[in-house]
Amino acid sequence: MGMQFGIFTVGDVTTDPTTGITPTEHERIKATVAIAKKAEEVGLDVFATGEHHNPPFIASNPTATLAYIGAQTENIILSTSTTLITTTDPVLIAEDYAKIQHLLDGRVDLMMGRGNTGPVYPWFGKDIRQGINLAVENYALLRRLWTETNVDWKGRFRTPLQGYTSTPRPLDGVAPFVWHGSIRSPEIAEQAAYYGDGFFHNHIFWPSSHAAQMVRLYRERFEHYGHGSQDQAIVGLGGQFFMRKNSQDAINEFRPYFDNAPVYGHGPALEDFMEATPLTVGSPQQVIERTLQFHEYVGDYQRQLFLIDHAGLPLKTVLEQLDLYGEILPTLRAEFAKLRKPGVPDAPTHAALVAKAGGPTDTAVYGAGDDATGTTDRDLDDPEVAKVLDGAL
Amino acid sequence: MSTKRIVVVSAGLSVPSSTRLLADMLADATSRAINARGVEVEVEHVELRGLAHALTDNLLTGFPSAELKKAIDAVHRADGVIAVTPVFSASYSGLFKTFFDVLETGVLDGKPVLAAATAGTARHSLVIEHALRPLLAYLHAVVVPTGVFAATEDFAAAGTGAEGDLQKRVDRAAAELAALVGGSTSDAGAAPAVVQRRLVEDEFESPTDFATLLKRASDGPPEY
Repeated sequence: MGMQFGIFTVGDVTTDPTTGITPTEHERIKATVAIAKKAEEVGLDVFATGEHHNPPFIASNPTATLAYIGAQTENIILSTSTTLITTTDPVLIAEDYAKIQHLLDGRVDLMMGRGNTGPVYPWFGKDIRQGINLAVENYALLRRLWTETNVDWKGRFRTPLQGYTSTPRPLDGVAPFVWHGSIRSPEIAEQAAYYGDGFFHNHIFWPSSHAAQMVRLYRERFEHYGHGSQDQAIVGLGGQFFMRKNSQDAINEFRPYFDNAPVYGHGPALEDFMEATPLTVGSPQQVIERTLQFHEYVGDYQRQLFLIDHAGLPLKTVLEQLDLYGEILPTLRAEFAKLRKPGVPDAPTHAALVAKAGGPTDTAVYGAGDDATGTTDRDLDDPEVAKVLDGAL
Repeated sequence: MSTKRIVVVSAGLSVPSSTRLLADMLADATSRAINARGVEVEVEHVELRGLAHALTDNLLTGFPSAELKKAIDAVHRADGVIAVTPVFSASYSGLFKTFFDVLETGVLDGKPVLAAATAGTARHSLVIEHALRPLLAYLHAVVVPTGVFAATEDFAAAGTGAEGDLQKRVDRAAAELAALVGGSTSDAGAAPAVVQRRLVEDEFESPTDFATLLKRASDGPPEY
């Protein structure tokens, strides 16, 4: 698959400004599941949920959400937007996402983000001023936990580890693919490049020049660290649209949501914001044209996610947006495929990563022997064990 | 000798405003003082009134409009800045402060700045000392010793040669700014050495390599 298309949500509970109705947390949580299932139904490749630990969000515990959605879907890749690498213990991230990998047969990846406001950090014993340092140290540990067993580790931000093996081991011995997301911190582009991981720019609420600048740096440094040429780097972009068949209908319907939205509401006019940022409100054709323009400043890229369910938009409207997204999807795929240079890597999937690793491996650490007898049924040199494995016993 | 760029930031609201009037006096005097050193000057005006909506939008969205970005970039590139505000409720105006609120940290590091203010009454005359200097000091600007405060009566008496003549103070402050902005060979390097903090654009220009980031992350006592 050359390029993946999908949606990402931040899980905000926001009053619908046109009706004054605020969904309950329960309604919003169930709506998130409905949106994800609909995303699969219309043919999207990726659904990503955010993570927040404060009102007005219902995006805590993303792993439960993803596992629940995963159990009710077949093909869609589930991801995060973002996983808080700053305040979440990397030991828990290693365990949780390896577990989901197994449950969903590899249909999961992650996007790392700092994504917290100042008051959130102390609830997890952290300090926002250490945001970059936390992201750097925690991720360095997380990688070791996925690639090594019996880890001895000592760092600055969590208690040391002695002989720790994270379980379960990643599915097929291959860690989930990781994207690093950041709006304007060059250090995170540097981090993604250093590891040869993916880089995702959220590409909403901010001028596209931010995305262009970050992606350019990531590509340059990806090459610098010897992972391949610049156009072999793995790039993802966000985006935001609101579509109706008739563009004026889209603008009229979306304006009150825009004017009252969290983050950017009560500020610039919709038209100014559309010009300054990648937000597109208009007809399906306009959304297609604007989306294709992203290619002009980031080059060939692997993943395009849109934010479509925030600012109090009711579930019914969001599902209609997904229907329209499904309708323009074949055109988006075809047009991006035409632009694509030969040799550009496909979007990452578990199967592709396993193939690249030379096939699946079992990295599990089995007990060396039971404490009482000192024997093990995994000792291949033991003729009795060999008989069991041969099916003779 | 390269041309020196002076940017005049003024927050007057009416037309004509006494704030702009003072800004023009300071700009002219500074140009003369720099020219007297045999150096060319380019003066650019940033009138904050026209940017009022953009400034509020920037507070809410976190990024400047194209027009505001142009003004911010001008200040960033300037060799010297003249900052003039009307006094509102015993301090600089909210509009004036908002402009400095949206500047990225480090933009004014070591920047020579002449601070000036206007008011309807001379009783506000220490506003430069108790409001503007602390703000600009926090931003690591280098503020010239003479601040220029002008009340209504100062404009009336300007040019009369009377004691406390506004023009004299303007000329003195302008000479101080010209000395800091420098430009002639004799006082190249007159501007005090100030550590320039790294801006985001510097990081894009020459990124900190990952080995340094890793080392930096783990430097320091345990925080668990």
